[in-house]
Amino acid sequence: MIADVVVIGAGVVGACCARACAEAGLSVIVVDRGAVAGGTTGGGEGNILVSDKEPGPELDLALLSRELWAQMAGALGDSFELDPKGGLVVAAREDTYAHLLHFAGEQRASGVVAEPVAAADLPDLEPRISRDLVGGVLYPQDMQVQPMLAAAHIIEAARTTGRTTLMTECAVTGIDLDASGAVCGVRTAEGTIATRHVINAAGTWGGEVAALAGVELLILPRRGFILVTEPLPPVVRHKVYAADYVANVASDNAGLETSAVIEGTKSGTVLIGASRERVGFDKTLDWQVLGRLAQQAIEVFPFLADVQLLRTYGGFRPYCPDHLPVIGPDPRVPGLLHACGHEGAGVGLATGTGHVIAQSITGAPTSIDLAPFSPARFGVSHVG
Amino acid sequence: MSGDVSFTFDGTPMRAQDGQTIAAALIDHGINSWRRTRVDDQPRGILCGIGVCFDCLITVNGEPNVRACMARVEPGDDLRSQEGTGYGD
Repeated sequence: MIADVVVIGAGVVGACCARACAEAGLSVIVVDRGAVAGGTTGGGEGNILVSDKEPGPELDLALLSRELWAQMAGALGDSFELDPKGGLVVAAREDTYAHLLHFAGEQRASGVVAEPVAAADLPDLEPRISRDLVGGVLYPQDMQVQPMLAAAHIIEAARTTGRTTLMTECAVTGIDLDASGAVCGVRTAEGTIATRHVINAAGTWGGEVAALAGVELLILPRRGFILVTEPLPPVVRHKVYAADYVANVASDNAGLETSAVIEGTKSGTVLIGASRERVGFDKTLDWQVLGRLAQQAIEVFPFLADVQLLRTYGGFRPYCPDHLPVIGPDPRVPGLLHACGHEGAGVGLATGTGHVIAQSITGAPTSIDLAPFSPARFGVSHVG
Repeated sequence: MSGDVSFTFDGTPMRAQDGQTIAAALIDHGINSWRRTRVDDQPRGILCGIGVCFDCLITVNGEPNVRACMARVEPGDDLRSQEGTGYGD
């Protein structure tokens, strides 16, 4: 087997990398040890958010990705439930609201549409919302997507170029380097693929893939649970979340953090998140966490107290110590590129990530500066 | 059949044995479907029978989405076959 590019990971980030490379004329093989969207992507909610990003490189990538998601939906049809529903961030206390309004002002200066909403006007946007909130901010640019459908359809779009092959249930066992230390092949359970470029899109397991090429990459799992309600008529119109979610995402606290994130889906279920815990790769269901999520959701939408939950699911959000993803060429191993560590924003940032990765491989100028995302920012050390 | 718990299904009086689940009681009466799906209007009844699949949903005394395989028939229950989400949308 031979390919211009091997993408390790068939989640939504790997899918976007594959499609962007294939569109650029490169031949691509996507390899995953499991199924499409079977890892980090499948444990997520499908957020495409600008609202939770502070001004800086991640927001720039989010704004680029948002445009590319809209284009992707236009090109692939309504195949993955892209819903430009907008986000509504709400505050239950005056001090939280003051902080939220200040944050929104900074975001506006960086190109985010953020419209303050007085408490009296919240029910116009969300008729069933609590009347005990002090205000909110509407973010019309926020969107939602069904992440598993998105990964599958984007890979399928890459395949229809005739330049992409997908290999699932096929573990990567090694990355071969030539005498100069550059990538020359990828060993898999089904044979070796000769290639000059490897894209590490392994999400939470990106550190393991980097280690196969002999380099260290510090990507750690942060566990999150999501509750799924019975299907309901459309009752939650936006992605609604409590203002303290932003603080929790940026936090370095190792313990449990929860904040209410509530949204309806096209299939009628309401998804309730979001918890974050640093407990390693432990998927054990924690009833205390689920109870807190439910309680906080009821504080925002009191009617949820009478709604049944169908199920819960959990996943791992891959985070780096500075909460930025790792995107771009690894200076330690020519031909190795990373596209992982997006924490809870991987679906939203996937399109932009794939776009700049393909630009990087083809030698085109990248749409945004990749320096803040470079793996070199952690210092340069080889494993072993 | 005879039984010692009275209930109604879509307004028709019926009897169940004490302790029977709603699903068992309805199947005893030859009723295999009591819900139609939201999108394609397909009939649904028991699938897994152990509370996991949420296919056998039924409206009990006005409360939609009760799992018929898990809930026991209670005296006087008003069981209604369910359309879609059960919330009249």
